[in-house]
Amino acid sequence: MNNLLNSYFVKTHKLEISITIIAVVLFLIYFLGAPHVFTRFPIYRAFMQSMPFFGIIAISATFVVTLGEIDLSFPSIVGITSLIFGIIMTSTDGNFFIAFILATSLGMFAGLVNGLLVTKIGIPSIVATIGTLFFWRGLVNVISQGSGIAIVDVADGTWHHMIFVEKLFGKIPMQFIWFIVLTGLMQWVYRYHKFGNHIHFVGDNKASAQMMGINVDNVKIIAFVQLGFFSALAGIFTMYEMLYFWPTQGEGLMLTTLAAVFVGGTSVFGGKGTIFGTFIGVLIIGSLESGIVALGLSGFYVKFINGLMITVAVTVYALIQRRKN
Amino acid sequence: MAEELLKLQNIYKNFGNVKVLKDVNIKINKGEVVALIGDNGAGKSTLIKVITGVHSPNSGRVFFKEQEVQIKSVAQSRKMGIEAVYQERALCDQQELYRNIFAGREITNSFGFLDIKKQRKEAEKILRDYIGFTSKAITVDSQVMGLSGGEKQGVAFGRSLYFNSDLIVLDEPTMGLSIQETEKVLNFVKGLKNENKSAIFIDHNIIHVYGAADRFIILDRGEVVGEFNKEDISREELVQKMIQLHESGKIKVEE
Repeated sequence: MNNLLNSYFVKTHKLEISITIIAVVLFLIYFLGAPHVFTRFPIYRAFMQSMPFFGIIAISATFVVTLGEIDLSFPSIVGITSLIFGIIMTSTDGNFFIAFILATSLGMFAGLVNGLLVTKIGIPSIVATIGTLFFWRGLVNVISQGSGIAIVDVADGTWHHMIFVEKLFGKIPMQFIWFIVLTGLMQWVYRYHKFGNHIHFVGDNKASAQMMGINVDNVKIIAFVQLGFFSALAGIFTMYEMLYFWPTQGEGLMLTTLAAVFVGGTSVFGGKGTIFGTFIGVLIIGSLESGIVALGLSGFYVKFINGLMITVAVTVYALIQRRKN
Repeated sequence: MAEELLKLQNIYKNFGNVKVLKDVNIKINKGEVVALIGDNGAGKSTLIKVITGVHSPNSGRVFFKEQEVQIKSVAQSRKMGIEAVYQERALCDQQELYRNIFAGREITNSFGFLDIKKQRKEAEKILRDYIGFTSKAITVDSQVMGLSGGEKQGVAFGRSLYFNSDLIVLDEPTMGLSIQETEKVLNFVKGLKNENKSAIFIDHNIIHVYGAADRFIILDRGEVVGEFNKEDISREELVQKMIQLHESGKIKVEE
């Protein structure tokens, strides 16, 4: 046992192991407290259906948080890109490629704006992205005039609908498969690509990173741009699932998404993080609502327990960090 | 006549309204160790950051190996053969040693993915051969956080040697080090000359500077106010000059 605890893997993966244990304990509680729900498949299908919508953004946002930055504007980027996707799909009679390319390009453009405001103008990211949060949502309201767009006629039953959200073998929602694949890919980039490496150095110590020849501004800009892209992608997934655009689409994603990143163990101070942790964070945050209700507590407890989890998690990680220093 | 490695001509650098460097002219030859001395705020750090590409000068010309160059980035100065060991030590605390050594010039495949195995192997070599770390507590997977000041400096030196640079720039290399570690650092600087490499370094301690350098350039409020070869000036005279500068704001140069 002692040997196991001192092994290299355990030493370097303390955070991942702790978060996994928390998730296992949480699911054990669900399982024991509400066996009639958690021993049957439908609840897991529901999780697999709903988690990817914010999970994809959470994975991508882990890069920005590791930089020591934050992006609060992604819920509105989801809104504006979904709107554009809906408008183009309906006006081109379902031309997926044009709609996809324009929506994701707009997402990347919105990310670029955030990145430029933060690096070239020098506005702290929390302030800059509050501005763009309102800006893009405002634009959604102006363009949509408050009404939704149905894409059911041009999207339902198409091959793109199939690869985005239909069920594999009639059981596994495709968006969950995509979520797993993207998580794996992003984990690889985060740990083993030059870009991921630079993200860590810039988040750790900006001045040192620059002296080591890392282009700090570019790294930050690319991080915001990829978050814009994945926000658009998450919006498109949601559109296919709902077959409908509504003007508040994306609102309500902010807290769950950032909560998943922080509960997952990525340091608020920058320089350290884990994509795997965020993935587990998504499983925890994404299951709380159904879990709490299934356990027989009233829905009023959901936010309360959510808040408790986040506060306790970030406190524990901050203490771990402080002990290290 | 010694072969010229780096020449700065009429360099000006402002930060906003503050003129940090005013018409600076310096030259460094191959195999020469030059010390930059001067008070806080004299512009020493800014000057070396111009050399390493962290800052671009507002005006002036830079020649490296007798070619005029414009050093626009750290990456570019490294490619030319200029390597810096900074006062702030330029290492990131929470990252592993092997990642720190290759930060900014990672060993990657053509898709930009890191060759972790090779980086670790090369880092191992640097620790063992260039720095002479024998402690089992420090491995290539150690975070920089746990290292002492001297060990960090050692890593930065090892890195500069490994990348085989022509000019090594040292910003206060002995600051915060123990006497023993200081000795090691100064020996390293002296050793550079044997390999026909050049160095430019900043140090507040004239005793250190005197032992290790061939030539001294004195900066004051952004200007070069004096330049002496070691054979022309004794340590005591150099100290006298500095005191004089401090008191009167001027240096008397008797030719």
